[in-house]
Amino acid sequence: MLYREAGQFKTSYAKDQAVFPIIQDRWFIALVLVVAYGVVPLVANEYWLQAVLIPFLIFALAAIGLNLLTGYAGQLSLGTGAFMAVGAYATYKITTVFPEINILVVFVMSGFVAAGVGIVFGLPSLRIKGFYLAVATLAAQFFILWLFNKVGWFYNDNPSGTITAPPRTVFGIMVAGPRATAEVRYFISLTFLVIFALLAKNLVRGRIGRSWMAIRDMDVAAEIIGIRPLQTKLLAFAISSFYCGVAGALYVFAYLGSAETEAFDLLQVSFPVLFMIIIGGLGSILGSILGAAFIILMPIFLTNAPALFNLPMPTDLSKHIEEIILGGLIVFLLIVEPKGFARLWQIAKEKLRRWPFPY
Amino acid sequence: MDLMNILFIAPFLDMADSPVFLAEVVIGGVLTGVMYSLVALGFVLIFKASGVFNFAQGAMVLFAALTLVGLMERGVPVWLALIGTAAVMVVLAFIIERVMLRPLIHQEGIILFMATIGLDFLLQGVGQIAWGSNVKVLNVGIPNESFEVGGILLNEFDLFAALIAAVLVGVLAVFFQKTAIGRALRAVADDHQAALAIGIPLKTIWVIVWSVAGIVALVAGIMWGAKSGVQFSLSLIALKSLPVLILGGFTSIPGAIIGGLIIGVGEKIAEIYWGPAFGGAIEGWFAYMLALVFLLFRPQGLFGERIIERV
Repeated sequence: MLYREAGQFKTSYAKDQAVFPIIQDRWFIALVLVVAYGVVPLVANEYWLQAVLIPFLIFALAAIGLNLLTGYAGQLSLGTGAFMAVGAYATYKITTVFPEINILVVFVMSGFVAAGVGIVFGLPSLRIKGFYLAVATLAAQFFILWLFNKVGWFYNDNPSGTITAPPRTVFGIMVAGPRATAEVRYFISLTFLVIFALLAKNLVRGRIGRSWMAIRDMDVAAEIIGIRPLQTKLLAFAISSFYCGVAGALYVFAYLGSAETEAFDLLQVSFPVLFMIIIGGLGSILGSILGAAFIILMPIFLTNAPALFNLPMPTDLSKHIEEIILGGLIVFLLIVEPKGFARLWQIAKEKLRRWPFPY
Repeated sequence: MDLMNILFIAPFLDMADSPVFLAEVVIGGVLTGVMYSLVALGFVLIFKASGVFNFAQGAMVLFAALTLVGLMERGVPVWLALIGTAAVMVVLAFIIERVMLRPLIHQEGIILFMATIGLDFLLQGVGQIAWGSNVKVLNVGIPNESFEVGGILLNEFDLFAALIAAVLVGVLAVFFQKTAIGRALRAVADDHQAALAIGIPLKTIWVIVWSVAGIVALVAGIMWGAKSGVQFSLSLIALKSLPVLILGGFTSIPGAIIGGLIIGVGEKIAEIYWGPAFGGAIEGWFAYMLALVFLLFRPQGLFGERIIERV
């Protein structure tokens, strides 16, 4: 009853092709945006913003990036951490050399740098696919992190070997550096996520997204109907890396404050982002965001759960229990719904459409 | 010019300078390569028979080694502990098949891959809770003395590891080629549907394959554990064996061995002769780059089955 499109007539092509054709969806999105922009900053305290919401927003952006590549274009990648590192180090380098450029512009510029690197490491995808490609992207992961660790130029020969977000202001508001408030950093991350999620949503509906999906489903057939595999695959790598690069820049400048290459480690970043898109749903923008929420919130919940139930527990034991529960949940979710949260949401919508009078 | 010298001339001069040292490096590389091959073998077995890219192989190595050490710490004699651990790995194979693989049958490769990553977490957690997470010393009585042959320093332990690997490959080869179960395994690897049609029980086959992979993991766990102690980082060698797999091909047992040797030797030589030119520590990525370049020319690996695409 609540979620019913009966009676919503589309009288123009523009309306028929809208991103969210159903009015309830538009209201829902508007409500989420109002809550995210208006209510959350008033309610949430420093801890929630810093430890939960900001990493969630940033990883959701990275997950959308990987989902474009893996979920839509079908190219399995384990190099997310490296592409994020490229974004972060490029931002650091650009903003320290040209401090006068608006830092928000620098974030986008470093996205383009990451896209360039993505194209280079996407070249093998023309010859190899599947798990072979995944291992090839591991080369990017290890090589790029090693490079950033070894060559002092990337971190301005800083003796500690770390990159630290310098203080930067936009229109007089401190947005990066140690004195930027959590609220400001939250707004920046949120805005980036909203804009880029909308862009991605439109991208995958259009010609580019459709050619990606054609390549994913059957590359030989796609080639025969006139899709060029070279351009399409490399474009997927470029755009995916662009998203990851921006996410990486935010990861250091809006979340960590300072980082070294270990922050972009395979097990810290690349694998969790892959979990997000598989648990959330391959080939779904909403799924990437839901998956990111799950993977970020789950460990925080598990860490705090013993305290909630007054169960004192040594930290290493609780860490292992956390591993067991996370691993078990991943296997369980895959068995119950291999297509992820996005599919669950779709099923829920079908049910809602007929509720409460199914006949 | 200087760069060219460092990259293309100096390393070869160094090599020609002291052939004994070069031989030592090569032999060291071969022996490390054997250890990589042991882990890669487990991957190949499972991928061949069920098409599952088993990321949990590293965790299985860790789990087997932890169980073995845990049993021995409780005063169980070595031979009994070995049998006990092997039994645990077989039981584990049963559980994995029943709980994880059966409901996920006919899913896409990436979903199964993801499930094995979940399994990886699960095994690491369970193993470390059950047996403790501190670094343990594993001593199963493998001799560990160094000796010299013609001026080249050798280690008994490494030779022993090579011997074990050779025996293991031999046994597996006989098992695959000569026994009825081995033939059934090859049939399943070739075509699931056809194998089912002629009455090969797929579920039993999967249990057997995972058990064999578990026992291979136990052997790898013993060798790595005795060399560098039993600890969490054991599960990370799975990552190191991925380029080995690529080089050898996902579906070839001899490929896993040869790939391991190439990666082991290549890595050592690159680190010692070309490492200084890059500022050291290139061992971390060299194997992957080697595999990547290799893939560009031969996408199916050295001995992998030719990838034929049908539309």
